[in-house]
Amino acid sequence: MSKLKKLTQYRLFLPLLCLALVLLVNLITTPDFFAISVRDGMLYGYIIDVINRASELVILAVGMTLMVAASGGTDISVGAVMAVAAAVVCNVLSGGQQSVNEYSNPYLLGILAGIAVAALCGCFNGFLVAKLKIQPMIATLILFTAGRGIAQLITRGQITYVRVDQYKVLGSSIKGLPLPVPFFMAMLVVIICVLILKRTALGLCIESVGINAKSSRLVGLNSSRIIFLTYLFGGILAGIAGLVASSRIYSADANNIGLNMELDAILSVALGGNSLGGGKFSLMGSVIGAYTIQALTTTLYAMHVSSDQVPVYKAIVVVIIVSLQSPQLKKGISKYMPGKKAVSRNEVA
Amino acid sequence: MSTKPNKTKRKIDGNSFLLLITIVLFFVMYIGGMIIFSDQGFGKVQNFLNLFISNAGLIVIAAGMTVVMITGGIDISVGSVVALTCMLLAWLTEVKGIGAVPATILVLVMGVVFGLVQGFLVAYLNIQPFIVTLAGMFFARGMTAIVSTDMISITNETFLSWAKFKIYFPFGGYVNRKGVMIYPYIYPSVVIALIVLVFVFIMLRYTKFGRSIYAVGGNEQSALMMGLNVRRTKLKAYVLSSTLCGLGGFLFCLNTCAGFVEQAKGLEMDAIASAVIGGTLLTGGVGNVFGSLFGVLIKGTIEAFITFQGTLSSWWTRITIAALLCFFIVMQSVFSAMKEKNKH
Amino acid sequence: MESGVVLTMRNIYKTFPGVKALQNVDFTLKKGEIHALMGENGAGKSTLIKVLTGVDEFEAGEIRIDGKDGAIINRSPQEAQMNGISTVYQEVNLCPNLSVAENLYIGREPRKGGFIDWATMRKKASELLEDLDIQVDVTKAVENYSIAIQQMLAIARAVDMSAKVLILDEPTSSLDDEEVEKLFVLMRRLRNQGVGIIFVTHFLEQVYEVCDRITVLRNGTLVGEYKVEDLPRVQLVAKMMGKDFDDLAALKKEGEDTKVSDEVIIEAKMLGHKGTIRPFNLTVHKGEVIGLTGLLGSGRSELVRAIYGADKADEGELFVKGKKLQINLPIDAMMNGMAYLPENRKEEGIIADLSVRENIIIALQAKRGMFKLLSQKEQEEFTDKYIELLQIKTADRETPVRQLSGGNQQKVILGRWLLTNPDFLILDEPTRGIDIGTKTEIQKLVLELARQGMSVIFISSEVEEMLRTCSRMAVLRDGMKVGELKESELNQSSIMKAIAGGAE
Repeated sequence: MSKLKKLTQYRLFLPLLCLALVLLVNLITTPDFFAISVRDGMLYGYIIDVINRASELVILAVGMTLMVAASGGTDISVGAVMAVAAAVVCNVLSGGQQSVNEYSNPYLLGILAGIAVAALCGCFNGFLVAKLKIQPMIATLILFTAGRGIAQLITRGQITYVRVDQYKVLGSSIKGLPLPVPFFMAMLVVIICVLILKRTALGLCIESVGINAKSSRLVGLNSSRIIFLTYLFGGILAGIAGLVASSRIYSADANNIGLNMELDAILSVALGGNSLGGGKFSLMGSVIGAYTIQALTTTLYAMHVSSDQVPVYKAIVVVIIVSLQSPQLKKGISKYMPGKKAVSRNEVA
Repeated sequence: MSTKPNKTKRKIDGNSFLLLITIVLFFVMYIGGMIIFSDQGFGKVQNFLNLFISNAGLIVIAAGMTVVMITGGIDISVGSVVALTCMLLAWLTEVKGIGAVPATILVLVMGVVFGLVQGFLVAYLNIQPFIVTLAGMFFARGMTAIVSTDMISITNETFLSWAKFKIYFPFGGYVNRKGVMIYPYIYPSVVIALIVLVFVFIMLRYTKFGRSIYAVGGNEQSALMMGLNVRRTKLKAYVLSSTLCGLGGFLFCLNTCAGFVEQAKGLEMDAIASAVIGGTLLTGGVGNVFGSLFGVLIKGTIEAFITFQGTLSSWWTRITIAALLCFFIVMQSVFSAMKEKNKH
Repeated sequence: MESGVVLTMRNIYKTFPGVKALQNVDFTLKKGEIHALMGENGAGKSTLIKVLTGVDEFEAGEIRIDGKDGAIINRSPQEAQMNGISTVYQEVNLCPNLSVAENLYIGREPRKGGFIDWATMRKKASELLEDLDIQVDVTKAVENYSIAIQQMLAIARAVDMSAKVLILDEPTSSLDDEEVEKLFVLMRRLRNQGVGIIFVTHFLEQVYEVCDRITVLRNGTLVGEYKVEDLPRVQLVAKMMGKDFDDLAALKKEGEDTKVSDEVIIEAKMLGHKGTIRPFNLTVHKGEVIGLTGLLGSGRSELVRAIYGADKADEGELFVKGKKLQINLPIDAMMNGMAYLPENRKEEGIIADLSVRENIIIALQAKRGMFKLLSQKEQEEFTDKYIELLQIKTADRETPVRQLSGGNQQKVILGRWLLTNPDFLILDEPTRGIDIGTKTEIQKLVLELARQGMSVIFISSEVEEMLRTCSRMAVLRDGMKVGELKESELNQSSIMKAIAGGAE
């Protein structure tokens, strides 16, 4: 019995369990879900598809994890920032035209501009949250609503196309790589983050600040700078995700890029076993959570749920997960467990 | 030895000051509009009444939002619940052939149930209101799509007769080019909205429930210690908000006479902005529905500006509101920081 | 019920998992008396109150209250209130955004025709407060008034609702002298009206000033019940500690030979922080242990916070080892050899979910900067060193620090700062809430560190403790440094006089 308990205490147990469950359901609805075929040195199959499409979400989830950990709040503007970044990249590359077949400006310039604007959005959020101490949900609500409007303005209300082969690279497969490029982009982001968090004290600092900002300040940590950094970072990562998303469709669609991804990102973090109130975090947990969400979405599509309807199921899953995290629920359940002594009523904090 | 009255700290009542700014801002904007667009009829009485007509639904929803925000929470599902309400009304009357009255009652019940679920999760399971209502938002929007992915127009006669019914004022009219006296009018939705506003105001000021809303928002722990049922209060607040969303959705539907998936997207932002601009503190404990009314009127005025101007994209309304919201949020936090400093 | 008695608790038993919190405890409260409930940490004071007021259940025993036949069991604070027992806590439980009148009547607002009758509420509130001689504007929001006034409002509400037993839980911790006096006036007034008041506190002086009787608990059992005039201070302390006082006094004699160097480590010139500490001068020499003494609210913590930068000083100058410094953030102080163990361990000391190892190395890591991470090996070595040195009781290095007992948590924080090898260590109530054995260890450690050349500022509400460790004391009163006492002047009576000040 204690071996089972030890297993459940393992940090990544819950996320892995959820992933396993979702994959199981996938297998049931699509018997050849795990079938992988190889063609020209590239892998194909349902599961490859899931891994591919989850890439933007993985990138967002990494950023979201850090923002949640440091500030206990969530950034709901990430989807909108993706759209803004995509709009900037495409418009720089198209030189302001609606559709081009070759770059009007250098590729690198376009990318840097997009990431820079995304970073600016991150700074905006970070300033409101870290310096003005505004609740993260409210602070990011501003860009959540204004963001797509800004993206629309940049693209002048139309979808901007960049029909250049090189542009599609980040969103598609290339010869020599067994998996599509987005996957590698996601992995690159994860690896760089893990390195930064583990090789520097940043991971420890973020956790410390998230757990107790006052104590952290007194031991010499600059809470406000650290929180600001996480939002800046979150913005940059949203920019990268926007770039990847845009590359897939070689265009900037201000209405649809990153749509509803904020919920997915939050869900990934929660599924990863991270507390939405901040503090200790597990990046790998969020990554696993992201793949789980993508697998869930795939299941839903396979069951002929339209993309407008998918959010219903995700909402239900979010509610279940956060409810399970709620100590009130645990207390309520333990009352009904036979043989367990009633927890001492302690209404007074 | 008697206790001397403690010298009240020089408190800059920042919040009343902000509310004053809001009211002044509205009048300045409106009068400005009357000057700038005088030749396009901005000054007509009907134009002022149109503010109420187009925003009757928002007024009701903002009232509900104010109540929830006073408790220190938030409800970002409102736009989606409105969309769901409209879609259900359309579906029930068109596809299911149910009469307008029973359909309306059903959607109001739906609002109550929705509020019960959200309220339970926030009040009894202690989940952050933001997460709960974010899930609620996606759930309701998704359900709207499940009911129907295509737009459904309402052809139900009763409903349409409600929608077209105008109430004319016997004064304030003008003679048009054809020599006919045109009197200004409003729709019953405006009357409903104003009644709701008064009702919520009285509830907040004169009932036990209303006062416990403020108490819980001011200091939840204290409210609990003083014997208030904090959980029940919060639950009721969310029930009220979602019910008012149902009602507001009904009013929206009277305007559009249709249900479609994209309806009321971003409405939650308008409601929150109206409440905040109207003096509701994000941190809770302070709020006033009449202030929120002015917040709605300001939003309406901005929209009128954009419309009269003609060339600007409608996205500018959203951006301007976001900028105003940003300003008020920043000012609120500045004032609260100053209050903290004065305490020492 | 005996006449003149309003509350009896007999043979109360309460256990928490693994801990016998209360064993066979008796308590008697008379009508119209102010009764102090005292005991060191773990004595069972707060458990007894929680059991009485319905916050916790008790396993055995009986509670009786005047006016009710048979034993009562309070299952909630509301039920306790209905039985005539009210509590006012240290964190005043009022709603800051609501008016005074409203706060007094929340939950029982006067009604007229189903709606709240504001006019009547205001009138009743004014009358109630006038009765108790509290002068405030009942229409103003409570947040406009000081904690002291808010406390009195909370008391007014409590008494208005149930006037038999009033429990005051550490009410004076955040009050200054004047405010404490006003509180006592109110308490005496209530006592004369027949209310029985249970005064839970650790301030000896206040007990002797305002109380009629004292009940002392120790380790969950009743030590005794005494009339204030029959129990001298020293005996009270002895009963609370269960020890002989002389044992501890012996420590001081050993340290008396400490030679203090002439080298000045810290010099504060007219350093001040608006609203908390008036500009002060202080000089700290190498190897010196300076005590800061004064009543609560006199500014001791605020003084050190101004030096360390926890609350950035807004006037005056600070010199560290002769060099002028501008300290904006704690990290500036740390980089110049300072360390600060804060008063509030839970909120400003431990980082609860982090491990013992992480809590210990974090200050040193912050000094090193974000990018120079201490290697795993180094971290483990450092942690083990301090676990050993300070005898920290923990399952292992990776245990989350919140699982440790209060005393061990304090040791972790101490280890954290010692690891940074400071020249100047500030200890604010380092032994608060710690058992006697650990207290003595820490005092010995401080003396040893001073011998090795570290300068220390030591703050404690227990004067005896400071007498044992300090070679000099600075005296504070009302947010201002009012004087200093040299080694030869260090004894209880001169300290009391210095704190009291003037010709009293």
